[in-house]
Amino acid sequence: MAEIKNPESGVTPLLSLRNINMTFGGIKALKNVSFDVRPGEVHCLAGENGSGKSTLIKIITGVYRPEAGAVIDYDGQTHSHMSPVTAQAGGIQVIWQDLALFPEMTVAENIAFHSLVGRTPRLVNYGQMREVAIKALQRLGVTLDVDAPLKDYSIAQRQIVAIARALIGEAKIVFMDEPTASLTQSETDHLIGIVRSLSASGVAVVFVSHRLAEVLEISNRLTVLRDGALVGVYPVEGMTQSRITELMTGKSFDQQVRAKPVEGNPVVLEVKGLTRPGQFEDISFTVRRGETLGITGLLGAGRTELALSLFGMLKPRSGSVTLEGKPVRFSSNRDAIKAGIAYLSEDRLSLGLIQPQSIADNLAIASLDRIKSGGFLSDERKRRLVAHWITELGVKIGRQSDAVSTLSGGNQQRIAIAKWLATDPKLLILDAPTVGVDVGARAGIFEIVARLAESGLAIILISDEVPEVYFNADRVLHMAQGQMAGWFDPRRSTLQEIEAAVYA
Amino acid sequence: MRKLVQSHATEFALLAVMAVICVFLSFATPNFFSLGNAFDLLNTSSVNIIFAVGLLVVLIAGGIDISFAVAASVVQYCAALILGWIGGGGWISGLLIAGGLGILLGSFNAFLIHRFKIISIVATIATFNIYFGLLMFFTQGVSIYDLPEWLTDRVVLFEHQMPDGTWAEITLPVLVMAICVLATWLLITRTTIGRQLYAFGDNPEGARRFGIDIGAMQFIAFGWLGMMAGIGGLIQAHYAQEVVPNALYGRELDVLAAVVLGGARLGGGKGSVLGCVLGVLLISITQNGLNLMGVSPFAFKMIIGAIILAAITLSNTSLEKLLPFMRTQGGRQ
Repeated sequence: MAEIKNPESGVTPLLSLRNINMTFGGIKALKNVSFDVRPGEVHCLAGENGSGKSTLIKIITGVYRPEAGAVIDYDGQTHSHMSPVTAQAGGIQVIWQDLALFPEMTVAENIAFHSLVGRTPRLVNYGQMREVAIKALQRLGVTLDVDAPLKDYSIAQRQIVAIARALIGEAKIVFMDEPTASLTQSETDHLIGIVRSLSASGVAVVFVSHRLAEVLEISNRLTVLRDGALVGVYPVEGMTQSRITELMTGKSFDQQVRAKPVEGNPVVLEVKGLTRPGQFEDISFTVRRGETLGITGLLGAGRTELALSLFGMLKPRSGSVTLEGKPVRFSSNRDAIKAGIAYLSEDRLSLGLIQPQSIADNLAIASLDRIKSGGFLSDERKRRLVAHWITELGVKIGRQSDAVSTLSGGNQQRIAIAKWLATDPKLLILDAPTVGVDVGARAGIFEIVARLAESGLAIILISDEVPEVYFNADRVLHMAQGQMAGWFDPRRSTLQEIEAAVYA
Repeated sequence: MRKLVQSHATEFALLAVMAVICVFLSFATPNFFSLGNAFDLLNTSSVNIIFAVGLLVVLIAGGIDISFAVAASVVQYCAALILGWIGGGGWISGLLIAGGLGILLGSFNAFLIHRFKIISIVATIATFNIYFGLLMFFTQGVSIYDLPEWLTDRVVLFEHQMPDGTWAEITLPVLVMAICVLATWLLITRTTIGRQLYAFGDNPEGARRFGIDIGAMQFIAFGWLGMMAGIGGLIQAHYAQEVVPNALYGRELDVLAAVVLGGARLGGGKGSVLGCVLGVLLISITQNGLNLMGVSPFAFKMIIGAIILAAITLSNTSLEKLLPFMRTQGGRQ
């Protein structure tokens, strides 16, 4: 095979792909993409959902086979496609977004899983698996009980296990697909430390992430994909977040603080001394008509528990909640919905939407009472209701009867919001509304939030990404360990001040 | 010790429930606590345990099988016919024929599930009806009593005369059962195939990404259950000394309940041979005890249903709440 020198650097890439095409069901997922990774570099693969990042990783690791004409050069050998076994044997490792772990099996088995795979059946060598696992964890500076089933550990610890698994067997290149999506800031910092030390020891790391700040912090180079095509390869030095967003979406976004004065508006929700021991304590605040109240804090600060209490799904021990001047006490979330509170759950994919059901059914499910006619559900009323909200929120759909799972993350989130708006709420609680949603689509969602606030809805916006609440809320409440830790006004504070307080 | 209890919570819960029932029955009935009765329990439970360890493998791999008990009936019948044609045969040829036929029937399930992507419960309800329908159609419901002598002769492996003159005996089914249990234990805990089955049941997509052959997993799991069903069928014929086409009809739900009771999870990735054996034994002991107490057989199902509910609630949910010191440390808060 001919040596391929990179013209600009003279470094021989460890992995180089050219002419990669992939089609799913008539849609081109990848169009003539090329991609290369140098030994020991931290490379970021950026792009919105559906831009082809995951497809590209699956081609490199042999899960998918690219269309004819593809050339994959890896470690001195040329392939037309890879297979999971050759990729792993060659030192290509992936930490999948969903981790691809086995919760019922032990930590040792999860880490040393490769020794269980392979065509020839043989006896399991548990002793060796334990040794491999302990060594791999030591390398990361972590101690876990390798004999415990994985399900006993938190998501962050499972992430560590997934990384440990990727590092056994002389990895040359490690792909991390959205590794920080479910981590808190400090866990992310720990992960970034691990990535740096990997890179220092000569392992190339390809980092796929939506969180742009991390991209800038740790990568050497950046490859951007958009709609299945290569936008370009850039050095990270000198890149700004807004420039990357522009490259990924093809549009430019100027984020501006939206906060506005709302003090004169009537109070919709008043919370006084709300307490649920072990989760949150003595929480008091008001939300007014047209106001967006931001609540931020680290994972485990009690934000979601507070929201669930307002929504009637958890019972506070003490304190009071007043809705439009009337004290309320919900015994279930049905009461809360009836009273005019809507809650968009944190975990949209599993809790917020019923994925295999149609867009129309998902949208109408919380407001079935409104589409009754003569005691029975009316298809015509449902169609009108759905059509109204689809236009109102600018959701791009094919037919109303398509399954929600066919929509992109951003459009799914709009359906989830529409579902609650259809109940005609007074207060809308948005819990981490942009998890799993692209940068481009995020802007669209906050556009909707701003419009809803303008129309008089009271909104509580919960997020652990400080910039989201900073730019989109009128006031920001910082929660830490279940307590109110401070109030910020985005018009007077800077983003850095709030971040410093939250991540302290 | 605490770690052992923690990692085998279901097994310990079952043992505890079993101990309570045994103590109760020992005082409530004069005959329960005797060697003869214990051996009887083993002899009668053998076939169900053979079925159960086979079903366990399918459950671990994330599937379910409703058809294995009638498949065992089909195997019984066919094996009896084939043994007739070849002029009698013996234990070795009998087990080979029964096991082989069982694997065939199990593989047909795996084929439907893998090739046509039919979920296992639907596929096996279909084959349950097909197998049973074919069997009843061709046999007209006629039983076979004319079995080879080696098959109907009782084989006593161990005997001990009791003070009252009766004999406590361990018979061949117990040996076959022990071999099946041991083989299944080896398969699922000591071989890479077994661990792949667990992984596949636990997270099929994750297993696929590691290049585990999904089709092979289905064929191994359902093939193994088929083999156990075949062997269990032959042993049942030996034990009953006759082949009755509908003798095993309905056995699938009893066995399924026992296996789930033993800690296997519908949905895959979880279950142990020990738990599975304990599950079957718990139900047998209860049934045996009720019998000795003179409870009407019509009440059995009801009481056993209640026991299954109680034991599953205890082993799945409350153990950690009842005994807080067992709560796993370092886990999620």
